Amino acid sequence: MNRRFSWFNATSLTLGFAFLYVPMLILVIYSFNESKLVTVWAGFSTKWYGELLGNDAFLSAAWVTLKVALMSSTLAAVLGTMAAHVLVRGGRFMGRTLFSGMIYAPLVMPEVITGLSLLLLFISIGLDRGIFTIVLAHTTFTMCYVSVVVSSRLVTFDKSLEEAALDLGCTPLDAFFSVTLPIIAPAVISGWLLAFTLSLDDLVIASFAAGPSATTLPMKIFSSVRLGVSPEINALSTIMISIVTVGVIITSLLSKRAVARQRADEQAAART
Amino acid sequence: MAQPDPTPAAKPEAVKPAGADRPVFAPWNDPDAKPLIQFRNVTKKFGEFVAIDNLTVDIFRREFFALLGPSGCGKTTLMRMLAGFETVSEGTILLDGVDIAPIPPNKRATNMMFQSYALFPHLTVWDNIAFGLKRSDMPRDQIPARVEEMLRLTRLEKFGKRKPHQISGGQRQRVALARSLAKAPKLLLLDEPLGALDKKLRQETQFELMDIQEKTGTTFVIVTHDQEEAMTVASRVAVMDHGKMIQVDTPDRIYETPNSVYVADFIGDVNLVQGRATAQGGGRYAIDWAEGQPPIHATATEGIAPGTAVHFAIRPEKVAISAEPPEGRANVVEGQILDIAYLGNISTYKVQLAGGRIMKSQVTNDRRLARRSFTWDDRVWLSFTETAGVVLLD
Repeated sequence: MNRRFSWFNATSLTLGFAFLYVPMLILVIYSFNESKLVTVWAGFSTKWYGELLGNDAFLSAAWVTLKVALMSSTLAAVLGTMAAHVLVRGGRFMGRTLFSGMIYAPLVMPEVITGLSLLLLFISIGLDRGIFTIVLAHTTFTMCYVSVVVSSRLVTFDKSLEEAALDLGCTPLDAFFSVTLPIIAPAVISGWLLAFTLSLDDLVIASFAAGPSATTLPMKIFSSVRLGVSPEINALSTIMISIVTVGVIITSLLSKRAVARQRADEQAAART
Repeated sequence: MAQPDPTPAAKPEAVKPAGADRPVFAPWNDPDAKPLIQFRNVTKKFGEFVAIDNLTVDIFRREFFALLGPSGCGKTTLMRMLAGFETVSEGTILLDGVDIAPIPPNKRATNMMFQSYALFPHLTVWDNIAFGLKRSDMPRDQIPARVEEMLRLTRLEKFGKRKPHQISGGQRQRVALARSLAKAPKLLLLDEPLGALDKKLRQETQFELMDIQEKTGTTFVIVTHDQEEAMTVASRVAVMDHGKMIQVDTPDRIYETPNSVYVADFIGDVNLVQGRATAQGGGRYAIDWAEGQPPIHATATEGIAPGTAVHFAIRPEKVAISAEPPEGRANVVEGQILDIAYLGNISTYKVQLAGGRIMKSQVTNDRRLARRSFTWDDRVWLSFTETAGVVLLD
């Protein structure tokens, strides 16, 4: 492998990262802009952050988004894990191939179609649209992501662990909760996180499922951008970017530490 | 890894040769003995594939019963049916006289030690061993004492607080054993229990297993493809092939009186000579095996019709080799040394007989500085007694 620094490598690295991060960087810079005009720089200021805190419409939308994301990702984690467990562990049953195909279908389905079909469903059963319907809709489309993540973990899961639990006197349910779930927990958590983020930034499906009583943050941002980008939105986006960045850094530090500890343990075991 | 143990009381007892202190333990010869497990015409099919073929066998209390065979012979399937992870297609399995088919694995009085050990990685050694006890009807306050007892039995006292990935392979194996023995099952199933250990550790552990089996008085059924392991630990060995038990017998009888060419060939090293038998009275037979060579004289217990095609099977260590034609031996054949395999404790000579047939002779190297008596291409005489080999029908 050629590890030497070359102009080609430097250029592709710069271009790639510029492509990814220049838009966000500009957004962050302009969130500290004094001017009311988004594209004209008029000096450094944090006043838009202050205005944002006073904007009830944004804050309540953010609160709705958070509630929806928490509820739907938790529901999705439960349902997705159950689905994955049945599909991987359920043995052969009638229509298993059909089911495992169908659970992945929402991954490739255009969001507009998912949203529209949910809207039709809610109307036809006479469900009032609000937070509850957004939660249902988000659960529907994020659940398949959870089940993909969890089933890929279950495929590599040593089946004899579950058999050992049964052998030692567990009922199948007890075996799942006391052996399988603790071991696949990291996969369930990352599935939950994935569902949480997907729910946070979904606009299309939420627009279909939401009623006048509930507006999520992406919907609020999108509707206000149609009237012109305000610096407040830049400030809001900067806050969201920093939350995500801090989250990513913490997770990677934690997993790095876990790997290091595991390695140290194994070396210690080899010495005894 | 064997830990130096500060408490001499917990040390395993001196290793006794198998069967030395239990010469009368042979319930399979006792018509009144009640078997612990009875397989009655058990068949297991996976689709069209017959994994177990109409099998009937009894296993007795306190036995160390080994299922031996090549991969795919059905030995693991048999064990998994006992544990409850596979259903029986036809026939019945009785444990203590009760049909176990309707009993789910978590209600069976059997425990299993898995090939991969299947230790729960999120629990400590202590909690792994306590896992089954917490789900039994044992009073809560007696569980710690039982776990400590199992830790002592397997010499793991110092490792109770560790997680499975913090201990060595040999220790993991002992944790798996302790966990499966903790509930004091009527029957312990061991699926290739020593397969993941290196050879030295495996041999030590075999004796440990026998010791623990004797101490606890549990009936063990072990699955293995390692014949040495089966011969070492087992009271009886079942040699399996294609879902059938070809021979079920004590290790010495499996080795010395195999009932078929398959068993003779599968266990240990053997010379197989094809020929035609002629009865000479008194259970003695002459086997014509090559044009212009004197027949092999052998004895057989069963009657064999004249002219029947047979295999004469003789173990290499029962064939003597000498530079001069020996006196007074029933069978003497001349040949030429083709190859010598020196293994330290023994040497195996491959000798080519008239007609190109190869016969192996094994000699113990009981003297350190002896001059090598033979070398390549030497003319030698192989000899063996009438009763040294067995006559097997095809």
